[in-house]
Amino acid sequence: MIPEIGYGMVIVAFLLAGYGAVAAGVGGRTGRTALVESAQHAALGVFALVTCALLLLAYAFLTFDFSLRYVAMNTNLATPYYYRLTAVWGALEGSIVLWAWMVALYTLIIVLRHRHNAREFYPWVLTVMLSVLAFFLLVMAVPAPPFERITPAPMNGRGLNPLLEDSGMITHPVALYLGFTGLTVPFAFAIAALATGRVGDRWITLTRRWAITAWYFLSLGLLIGGWWSYHVLGWGGYWAWDPVENAAFMPWLTATAFLHSVMIQERRRMLKLWNIGLVILTFSLTLFGTFLTRSGVIASVHAFTQGSIGMFFLAFLSIVVLTSLGLLAWRWEALSAEGELDSVVSRESAFLLNNVLLVAATFTVFFGTVFPLLSEAVRGVKVSVGAPFFNQVNIPVFLGLIFLMGVGPLIAWRRASRDNLRRNFVWPVIIGAASAGLFFGLGVRSTIAIISLALTVFVAVTIAVDYLRALRARRRMGEALLPAMGGLLVRHNRRYGGFVIHLGILVIAVGVTGSQAWSLHREATLQRGESVELAGYKFQFDNLSSREAGNHFLVESTFKVTNGKAGTRELRPAKKFYPQEQSPIAHVDYHLGLVDDLYLVLGDFARDGSQATVKVQVNRMVSWIWIGGFILTLGAILAILPERGERRKTA
Amino acid sequence: MKRRSLHWLIPFAALPVLALLAYGFRVNHRDIPSPLVNRPAGTFALTSYSGEAMRLEAYRGRVVVVNFWASWCMPACYEEAPVLERNWRAYREKGVMVLGVDIQDKPEAARKFIDQFSLTFPNALDPSGKVSVDYGVYGVPETFFIDARGNIRAKHVGAVTDDVFRREVDRLLAERG
Repeated sequence: MIPEIGYGMVIVAFLLAGYGAVAAGVGGRTGRTALVESAQHAALGVFALVTCALLLLAYAFLTFDFSLRYVAMNTNLATPYYYRLTAVWGALEGSIVLWAWMVALYTLIIVLRHRHNAREFYPWVLTVMLSVLAFFLLVMAVPAPPFERITPAPMNGRGLNPLLEDSGMITHPVALYLGFTGLTVPFAFAIAALATGRVGDRWITLTRRWAITAWYFLSLGLLIGGWWSYHVLGWGGYWAWDPVENAAFMPWLTATAFLHSVMIQERRRMLKLWNIGLVILTFSLTLFGTFLTRSGVIASVHAFTQGSIGMFFLAFLSIVVLTSLGLLAWRWEALSAEGELDSVVSRESAFLLNNVLLVAATFTVFFGTVFPLLSEAVRGVKVSVGAPFFNQVNIPVFLGLIFLMGVGPLIAWRRASRDNLRRNFVWPVIIGAASAGLFFGLGVRSTIAIISLALTVFVAVTIAVDYLRALRARRRMGEALLPAMGGLLVRHNRRYGGFVIHLGILVIAVGVTGSQAWSLHREATLQRGESVELAGYKFQFDNLSSREAGNHFLVESTFKVTNGKAGTRELRPAKKFYPQEQSPIAHVDYHLGLVDDLYLVLGDFARDGSQATVKVQVNRMVSWIWIGGFILTLGAILAILPERGERRKTA
Repeated sequence: MKRRSLHWLIPFAALPVLALLAYGFRVNHRDIPSPLVNRPAGTFALTSYSGEAMRLEAYRGRVVVVNFWASWCMPACYEEAPVLERNWRAYREKGVMVLGVDIQDKPEAARKFIDQFSLTFPNALDPSGKVSVDYGVYGVPETFFIDARGNIRAKHVGAVTDDVFRREVDRLLAERG
């Protein structure tokens, strides 16, 4: 019965969402509030139905209901219950259900929050949200049905992709999708602004916290994805410029640009057109990412299975892009800027440059990602550009962005005076330059690493200068140290939230720089008892054993690691053999440290256990990336809190 | 007024990108080129599940369809099994042989699979995986079409359909004359 019930819910929800989208639009156009209210009820109904569908699917997984094709394909009797739950969104069909559920959830929150405070936009926002929902429900009904029945139902299922049997798979897609779907909300408001012709900054004020929340989840999703790649995939890295990673990275870049450019519109009434354009681009890129991962158009290591679904996504993407740009063209006159740039040395221009760099990075990533397609279309040859292309083009851009991260928040609006520059930047520049010399003295020889680290120091000092100055001002007012420190963060939460996020990004930048510049690896084939040395560590091959472990067969090696100082450590890299997989899955064993990560991957081995090939890596400063992620989280929480003082002060 | 009218062209800026993405559908990513096409097929000698010898060379002079499958390969292998059986029955009198090579499988699960679809063409386990390595098999199912002289002439990735089977086999039969 479950397939039929689930399928029925999807169809009803689809019809309801379609009706609601039309009703809200007509209601908004004619001013008939009854219609808008009816659309609002439809939105609540859709949320209830999609929630039930999601729960039903989870129930089917928990009870091993193999009459559902999707369940049979992605689980088997040996899959433990927590992976059966993550399997709900582990493959194509289920990921769409989760996606739709999140859009429905956001729609619900819009109904609760903005029903009264955004009356002028509300009908159109509902129209956009419900249209997006209707599209995803259509996908669930036709090309990727999660509730399809399989007859006869098999006795056992195929099982989950073993690479997805990891705790990262619980959080990574959830965070990423919360980010992706969250970006629908600013888009909906932007379209509402275009539709109503109210393209002032009201829609931006309303969506600021939405945008930063979505941005944060997207960042988190990317970081957890990197962590998963690092500790599961076993190639020793966290980012490979794979098309699917790029697909998530591009909207992150444009969303970052948007978070900064809105500030110019709020203060200076500039960039209306640019901001709306960025939101449209960001949302289109989330759809493009989904299209890319699910259409099979560009080959990728973690592509989902393919089918006609790509056509649906491309059609929807085309509708979204063409409609949005059409609206944009229609409102062109109203979007023309009112303010003008006064001076090149000003905060506006720093932010503008930041935007240009972020968008440039987006385009290079986009170009590199679709390049195989382009070359096949133009020259008839399949060629891809690999990591070297992306690194070469993007490293200078990212270094420029770090530099601007120091300049932007402190330089004055409109026109920076000599005094402003001196007050804010003398110390950071001196300390930054001194640190470059220090790093060179410490033996750093890579130019890029020195520049990157010195820029990081420069930015960190600008943040410190700003914070200390504000602190001193409060102390003069007679506040005690600790309350003053906390009070600043809470009262100017938007500004200092941004600073803390910047600190997080800096720590991540240090991690990326260090891991790129100083990581070492080597491969060795060892007899039992032999050892290999790397970076002062000695890795001794002690043992190789095998056993049945739950749903797979495990071949496990034991290595003893010593580094001359006290203490030995044991690492057990292994290979897992799953019956449903062609090739064994490497199980990495690692020890994380603040500076050195020890990282072992088992390669080939002799069946009698006498010999094994192992890849030994000493990865440097990778942990800083994850630590940076935590700092970023704190900053994001601060920035997402409702605003307190900032506006009054500077408006 | 002239300036204004040009704004309507903005949406068209997106068309080249959308067109490029649409082009992606025309490209067949399943089309993994096999360097083995037009080369002599690697020989093998296996023992079928019904206990008989299964040697490729024994069928020289016939068109041979070698299908790599596994019982855990769902749904593709389950979709193509009836197709293979149906076409094998239709073509066996015309000088066509179908051989199934079962890889990375448990014998009892494989036997159940053979029973489930009442397969009558010979199927054998490739116990060491050597045959699948020789044929450069990426995954299951994959199917190789071998002509009467023992050369691999085509490789199909994914479930075989009636169309594919007939097209390839008819072509090789016509050649043989």
